[in-house]
Amino acid sequence: MEGSYWDLVLLVMEVWLFVVLGLIVLPAMFGVSLGFTDLYIKVLVKTLEWATRRIQRGQKEQDTLPAHLPNGIIERNDDSMEEQIVELRRSHPKFHSVGDFTLCDAFYFCKKGIESIVDDEVTQRFTSEELVSWNLLTRTNINFHYISVRVTIIWGLGLFIRYCILLPLRVTLAAIGLSWLVIGTTLVGLLPNSNVKNWLSDVIHMTCYRICARGLSARIRYHSKENRPKKGGICVANHTSPIDIVILANDGCYAMVGQIHGGLMGVIQRSMVRSCPHVWFERSEMKDRHAVAKRLKDHIADKSKQPILIFPEGTCINNTSVMMFKKGSFEIGGTIYPVAIKYDPQFGDAFWNSGKYNMVSYLLRMMTSWAIVCNVWYLPPMSIQDGEDAVHFANRVKSAIALQGGLMDLSWDGGLKREKVKQSFKEEQQKMYSSMIVGQD
Amino acid sequence: MGSTSSTLSKIPNADELIQETGFTSAHLARLFERFEALDKDKKGYLSPQDFEAIKELALNPICDRIIGAFFSSGQEMLDFSSFVRILAHFRPIDNNRTKEPNSPDPINSRINKLKFAFQLYDQDKDGKISRNELLQVLRAMLEKQVTEEQLESIADRTIQEADLDRDDAISFEEFRKSLEKVNIDHKMSIRFLR
Repeated sequence: MEGSYWDLVLLVMEVWLFVVLGLIVLPAMFGVSLGFTDLYIKVLVKTLEWATRRIQRGQKEQDTLPAHLPNGIIERNDDSMEEQIVELRRSHPKFHSVGDFTLCDAFYFCKKGIESIVDDEVTQRFTSEELVSWNLLTRTNINFHYISVRVTIIWGLGLFIRYCILLPLRVTLAAIGLSWLVIGTTLVGLLPNSNVKNWLSDVIHMTCYRICARGLSARIRYHSKENRPKKGGICVANHTSPIDIVILANDGCYAMVGQIHGGLMGVIQRSMVRSCPHVWFERSEMKDRHAVAKRLKDHIADKSKQPILIFPEGTCINNTSVMMFKKGSFEIGGTIYPVAIKYDPQFGDAFWNSGKYNMVSYLLRMMTSWAIVCNVWYLPPMSIQDGEDAVHFANRVKSAIALQGGLMDLSWDGGLKREKVKQSFKEEQQKMYSSMIVGQD
Repeated sequence: MGSTSSTLSKIPNADELIQETGFTSAHLARLFERFEALDKDKKGYLSPQDFEAIKELALNPICDRIIGAFFSSGQEMLDFSSFVRILAHFRPIDNNRTKEPNSPDPINSRINKLKFAFQLYDQDKDGKISRNELLQVLRAMLEKQVTEEQLESIADRTIQEADLDRDDAISFEEFRKSLEKVNIDHKMSIRFLR
């Protein structure tokens, strides 16, 4: 009896592995899609639409749900400081429009202060985007509210499918993908430098990323492929999560830039660099901006090397806006290829809230979502213009990406997630106000 | 979206607060979520540092005074009820609320809004804005951008205009009078979108 039990288990494992290899890994190697993901997404969309209708019917308060959530929860007056203060003073008995101070001026600052206490533009960028309607994942529902038997059944079914069927499948795929990357690149690294080596390296990288993408049930749409980044250029994109790398690398080979980590990440990084040149920095080197810039310059000067992939925001933002692009990557020269990435939050929230989740729990969350659906737009290449400084250029690129991806263009620094506001920002506010009181100097 | 009722159940005396402040249950739930979001260390109360961490507030010239308005009695811990009571000052005035003759003014009445603003100036709470207190506010709003003489002349002029009983300070009555025609409801109110 014992023997036949183990035989059965072994048989199941063999079938499982065969299915995985045959139906997923092999097509991935050749870039062929069997259409499973598309079918899955179609079924999912229909189910979620049905669930939304049921929930809306069941809700007692007939709030008309807006088509998409407004940015923020309170009404804001976006007029300039000068306009608002003049408005305030209009009803004052002794009306001076400029060149004086009035007691009611404080109201403007007071109201702005209280508004930012209730809702501010920056903090909301570091929490996940809110959905208009529930997408049958417990994590996006604050408290499971019993709607109807049918919705509960579908939710339970979804839970089972996601955790018991999809999760093991995805973990298997991710493991296969990553070990393939490490083994493959190490083997290719043994070859002498030649065109064959480069071609093989590209194949190995692409295959691994394709397998990983299947491991996340990712459906990616690439737009304007004619603008795809070319060798010797720099690709910049908005940053939402580490998965961005997988998303972009599914459609092209890039040279990654980043810090050398220890552990599993370090192993992957070191083997990757054997087969094709990536730019990895030691932690100490990162502090020296000139050394960093020099290495990047050298890389793009060599036209046979893959384009560099950089995320100029420096940190993960929640995919509703684009924050300040750090100017460092724009000072190196070379052609910039902007790319906009927009995830559809309905199927799974891709934002990595690094304060809340560590890498492992984040990946688990990714693998137990419905799917990752995203759009990638390749924008036409841009270069720095005569007389333009790096900051201005960075802002130009940022606006182009924000416009294409339908994201809000903010000038706040993503680093504010962890740091305090610079004193100079406060002084700017004071300058603006003082120019009203005492006139321009 | 989430369900409002589940958030409300987490608030200790929700009904009392709704009665006292006039916020709707949906808005109260929103404010509670905001309170929890600001309380990053999950202490259950807010400290001045939690407010200073709000970027937009940190660049407001009078941010210290605004934060001070929340922690007025010198304590360092702000619980949710106190948080909401202060924010209630900024609720739009309800014009159709019938006023019982002996009931106290609602928190967001015109007078109370003015009192809140007056407090921002009158830091020592003696009921008058002295010349010195006015100078302090001006310094906060203008800092390095103007000279000390300019600050003093602005302060003098302001007091001259508003000070009716010539005691070289602005009392609450004088404050109120000088801002009689200002549309306080519009300028000192915050409207929720949903």
